[in-house]
Amino acid sequence: MPAFAFDANVGGSDVGMNAHSDPGHALLEVRALSKSFGTLRALQQVDFTLRAGEIHALLGENGAGKSTLIKAVTGVFPRDAGIVRLDGAEVAPRTAKAALDAGIATVYQEVNLLLNLSVAQNLYLGRQPTRFGLVREAEMRRHAAALLAEFDLHIDVAEPLGNYSVAVQHITAIARAVDQSARVLILDEPTASLDRHEVEVLFAVMRKLAQRGIGVIFVTHFLDQVYEISDRITVLRNGRLIGERTTAELPRIELIRMMLGRELAETTRERAAAQDRKAGDVCARFDGYGKAGYVAPFNLSLRRGEVVGLAGLLGSGRTETARLVFGAERADSGSVTVEGKPVRLLSPRDAVAHGFGYCPEERKTEGIIADLTVRENIVLALQAKRGLAKPLSRAEQDEIAMGFIRLLDIRPPEPERSIGLLSGGNQQKVLLARWLATAPRLLVLDEPTRGIDVGAHAEIIRLIRELCDDGLALLVISSELDEIVTYSDRVVVLRDRAHVDELEGEAVDVTNILAAIAVAGTAGAEAG
Amino acid sequence: MMQRLLQSRGLPQIIALLVILVIDRAVSPQFFDLRMLDGRLFGSLIDVLNRGAPVALLSLGMVLVIATRGIDLSVGAVMAISGAIAASLADQHGLPIALAAALGAGLLCGLWNGFLVAVLGIQPIVATLILMVAGRGVAQLITEGRIVTFTAPDLVWLGNGAVFGAPTPVAVVLGMLIVTGAVVRGSALGLLIEATGGNARASELAGIGTRAMILAVYVWCGLCAALAGVIAAADIMGADANNAGLWLELDAILAVVIGGTSLFGGRFSLVLAMVGALIIQAMNTGILLSGYPPEFNLLVKAAVVLIVLLLQSPWLASVGAVLGRARQ
Repeated sequence: MPAFAFDANVGGSDVGMNAHSDPGHALLEVRALSKSFGTLRALQQVDFTLRAGEIHALLGENGAGKSTLIKAVTGVFPRDAGIVRLDGAEVAPRTAKAALDAGIATVYQEVNLLLNLSVAQNLYLGRQPTRFGLVREAEMRRHAAALLAEFDLHIDVAEPLGNYSVAVQHITAIARAVDQSARVLILDEPTASLDRHEVEVLFAVMRKLAQRGIGVIFVTHFLDQVYEISDRITVLRNGRLIGERTTAELPRIELIRMMLGRELAETTRERAAAQDRKAGDVCARFDGYGKAGYVAPFNLSLRRGEVVGLAGLLGSGRTETARLVFGAERADSGSVTVEGKPVRLLSPRDAVAHGFGYCPEERKTEGIIADLTVRENIVLALQAKRGLAKPLSRAEQDEIAMGFIRLLDIRPPEPERSIGLLSGGNQQKVLLARWLATAPRLLVLDEPTRGIDVGAHAEIIRLIRELCDDGLALLVISSELDEIVTYSDRVVVLRDRAHVDELEGEAVDVTNILAAIAVAGTAGAEAG
Repeated sequence: MMQRLLQSRGLPQIIALLVILVIDRAVSPQFFDLRMLDGRLFGSLIDVLNRGAPVALLSLGMVLVIATRGIDLSVGAVMAISGAIAASLADQHGLPIALAAALGAGLLCGLWNGFLVAVLGIQPIVATLILMVAGRGVAQLITEGRIVTFTAPDLVWLGNGAVFGAPTPVAVVLGMLIVTGAVVRGSALGLLIEATGGNARASELAGIGTRAMILAVYVWCGLCAALAGVIAAADIMGADANNAGLWLELDAILAVVIGGTSLFGGRFSLVLAMVGALIIQAMNTGILLSGYPPEFNLLVKAAVVLIVLLLQSPWLASVGAVLGRARQ
């Protein structure tokens, strides 16, 4: 038999079904898996169990450890500790190819196929049917068509894959994986770029595979889809396992609590000082501000000495709001006034000129300039604001840098060290220093505590409060609800790229935020 | 000790230059001899400086472009254009107009490149390739396919005269180095260029006008190239659109890289780029003096590039560190 044997494979999956006739048995077991990147513990003692024939949603916010878990299981990253068993036998693939050979296939959001080749070639790339060394195109096409027909997909397999929709590309990738006798199929955000109809086609394929006894891991942030298709849910947060539940027994609000809040810790606001503090004047005001397809128009007033939190799930429009406020993205509707005067924010440069600052979520790619020193990174925004012609002298730079290194306790306290060599928490402090040096009126912080160890985490939160007491207006994004509740005077809740609720004063608590987020949503509507 | 020596900025380049000069002295015993004739210094060492002037000027612009993570392949063609313009205008209109027109052309070329890269967002290597090809055509149109000669004495002086004993081209390079250094390091431009090259997205979010920054470095690079073109034309008292500045963009890039500026942008050094240009010219001159066929030049150049890059590599620094520790 040549390497290619379509009929045999169909038979193979039948045999497979018989072998796994007990559909509830544990197919993939992950036990006590740990993985660190430097000082950041991306996964800590995580357990995960996938049963044969189930669709298992793996959920969590950015940085929860979903991707790390998948990559550690499939051999993309080496793991620090823990074991993975497939059908009871321990497996430790070192490459994605080895994982595939063992029966664990992964289809990523960005399909890893060749769009310039035909659908059939993509399906059988590297294992084409040959005779006398020549590829038997006709036979390959016949088998490809038959394979896709199993998934109710009837297309011309001789056409380049790139001519078809993303959904077809996904199904092709899935078919290729399944045809290589995968028993565990991992789908990483497969529906992110699909419309409603395509999602249904994909779901039909997933159900069909589950019926065959294949275990499907479904990573997504669309909760409606989770409830539509999954049998079981596992939630990760901050690299830890939060829990595993059957979907039918897990109310939506409970799920969101697992993803965002600390269980049982119904955080009450512990801000005695905050109660006395009166918010100052409005320093920046956004009216009907928005951008089509990005964030629906919103009204937002930011006052001196007040922290406004932005809460919502991943993809709800939090970062998008921050980027609009900072001019990193241009609004197509609405107006802005700063200190009562109408202004336009066409670029970050405009925003900086009006006294805004922004610490982006992607600290490494959008925040620090790794080659430059701590001193240079600190003075950068101030220098940009002053303009080319007014350079800060070296003595002034040293003074500013040392001042902030002391004030924020940046370690090591060496202004001439490359910022790339600092830990995440200290890099974040340098970025804060960069903006504080410009004496801003408004500071936008996107996930300021992401990827930072516990000690620095508390310090950053303390800093946020102090800055606020000094009369700065703050707009803070965080996935950690109890963190948001701790420091926010007001919380704007977002869902599906729109501001849907605003809580103030006593109303700011985890329960109310969860309730606002969990209103049975329209997650699929935006795409459909 | 070994490690600190290897890591100190600029030392590998200076050592390389000294080694090459010593080798030059070995193949040509009169290499370090200097004499004064008609108020101008002569000698092989002066020759290196003089012949190296065009590449040195190109490197002054190129180093800023490379610091922003760009590259400018068109500088050789810009030299041909500005040389052709200066040569065509000098006899009839005098030096001021010829020079202004030539430099103006360089400025326009730089604006064009900068527009493609900064505004349209085309990859620098592709964007400047356009002018690299088209520019030589433009130069040939200006000279109408002939070699245009001139006799205007003030333009001839730019290539062959002397300032305080130094050949005029050397004085021009020195002047441009001082001007560029003053503009770049005297203002905040240097820091903002390094930031833009290091991480353009982060720089933009820090409020830096990265587009203006990128446009400016291509304009400066065009100006430097135009000046180099005028000097090259003045040197031979004529403009050869086919050969003026041919392949010199590669020497300029080489000089910048030898000078320790990474092609990935970020940190740059004007002075070390000059040292890089001198290293290249010292090799060229040395091989000519040694009597070896000039073809060897290419091989020797490649070998020296390899050595300098190895000296700069973190790998060697870590080997040095290990050796140093072993010795203690």
